[in-house]
Amino acid sequence: MTAILFYILSAVCIISSILMIFHKNAMYSVLYLLICFFSVAGLFVMLNAQFLSIVHVIVYAGAIMVLFLYVIMFLNMSTPVTIRKSKLIMVIACFTGAMVCFVLTTALWATDFGSDPAIVDQNIGMASILGKYLFKEFLIPFEVSSILFLSAMVGVVIFNKKDYKDE
Amino acid sequence: MNDITPLQDQLRLVPLEHYVFLCLVLFSIGLTGVLLRRNLINVFLSLELMLNSVNLLAVSFSVYYNDPNGQAFVFFVMVVAAAEVAVGLAMLVMIYRNVHTVDINALNDLKW
Repeated sequence: MTAILFYILSAVCIISSILMIFHKNAMYSVLYLLICFFSVAGLFVMLNAQFLSIVHVIVYAGAIMVLFLYVIMFLNMSTPVTIRKSKLIMVIACFTGAMVCFVLTTALWATDFGSDPAIVDQNIGMASILGKYLFKEFLIPFEVSSILFLSAMVGVVIFNKKDYKDE
Repeated sequence: MNDITPLQDQLRLVPLEHYVFLCLVLFSIGLTGVLLRRNLINVFLSLELMLNSVNLLAVSFSVYYNDPNGQAFVFFVMVVAAAEVAVGLAMLVMIYRNVHTVDINALNDLKW
């Protein structure tokens, strides 16, 4: 049953991401990516990484997608794109993606990862374990990431500050 | 042999290789999207997809090898992705204000 759930979730993920890259309307692309993110969060739950699954839904499906939707609505991109894109570029792009997939698959096909499910600890993805881990082993990166967020926030404000000298 | 937990049972049913191939396909789809689309927003979305596939790969390796380092790393990848999207979308809005399009083919001032 759980194996079937894995295949259903991965099929949903792949189909929605393919629809995402081929859809003409950016709004629909964002919504398809949202479906993909939720199925990835489901896969995290299947791996018992519950903390990361919740963080994934909050950060990606919550914050980032809302940011994208807000920007799309803000820019009002209903105006048609005037620049023509050549069919050759599209064919080359699809071919490149398919070749990357093919090469990586053939490279990894015969690889034995040597994973043993018997050693797996069920509690590894719990918030209590991972929280202790983040605040002990990764305390300095954790604090640095807060500074990164602060600098990103300041950078965004500086970027979009209106230049009053022009007026 | 001690008793098998449901997670171990499930990990036995779905081998690590399947997660690896799923992430690989998602990464290739994201790469195709970056190369295919001319709209900057779609390029960003494809980048997010690629980051997601890498996250999923790290989490699956972390769970199968019983190592919490991978999940802590995924946490930081998410942090950096959120900051990247905020700065990237700010740049996108700025580009739109200056060029009045988000088509990346319009941004060819540095071409030659």
